[in-house]
Amino acid sequence: MHSVWKIVCVLLLFYTVIAGFLLPVPALPILNETIRNLYFHVTMWFAMIIHMAISIIYSIKYLSGSQLRNDLKAEQYAITGMMFGVAGLITGMIWAKFTWGAFWVNDVKLNGVAAAMLMYAAYFILRNSADDDTKRARLSAVYLVFAFPLMMAFIYILPRMTDSLHPGNGGNPAFGKYDLDNHMRMVFYPAIIAWTLLGLWITSIRIRIKNLWNETNL
Amino acid sequence: MERNKLISLFVLLALLPSVSMADVEMADTLRSDGKIYVVVTVLCIVLAVILIYLFSIDRKVKRMEDRFKNK
Repeated sequence: MHSVWKIVCVLLLFYTVIAGFLLPVPALPILNETIRNLYFHVTMWFAMIIHMAISIIYSIKYLSGSQLRNDLKAEQYAITGMMFGVAGLITGMIWAKFTWGAFWVNDVKLNGVAAAMLMYAAYFILRNSADDDTKRARLSAVYLVFAFPLMMAFIYILPRMTDSLHPGNGGNPAFGKYDLDNHMRMVFYPAIIAWTLLGLWITSIRIRIKNLWNETNL
Repeated sequence: MERNKLISLFVLLALLPSVSMADVEMADTLRSDGKIYVVVTVLCIVLAVILIYLFSIDRKVKRMEDRFKNK
């Protein structure tokens, strides 16, 4: 029997799609209806950050206990996080094209995200370059301990120290420039939970397949 | 007289944002025509198919795990 959280995930996803399109949103110039991208584009990044955070937790767990199953989990969560990152990047480019005028603008947040994604790409390359299991696990865990805080700096700290086209960046941001509207908040927060749960679900299946694979090959 | 002009200018300036806000183009007609529901329905079906697929993968992995444990 499937666990309750999977059912919750399904319900919240349907709620996100239905309420995300049908509930009223503030009428703002330039943005128009694209403001609804908040439920689909911004939530991708939230889901990515949550997955990367779980991945770094498992990396630290590996470093403190040297159990290979923690390394396996760290990798799988990072893969799903990367998937959300790619989705967020592509959806963001489309949104930028129709509101800021170009697929890629020279914005600190965009360039920071690109650098962060490259750092995670390097993580996967690093993993494949080591032959020995324990060596791979230790190297990549140490690498992540540095890469994750750098990614947070690139995505959250640097854009706030300079100017960014993204709302809530530059100077001292209040989080809810968009979601000050209560209707949007009613969809936005459940949407974050929904996409994150979907990612956790996919990751759990990946981990189980990987475990089966490892067990049958022993 | 000057003062009145000044006041009316301020009133006009205060009203400007609300006027421009009303002009923002939203998908209101689409919604009143009922067509947005078509999009929502299509998206829900896409979502349903993907989720059913995910559930079936989940079940398959479960079966494999069970078979492995029995061996």
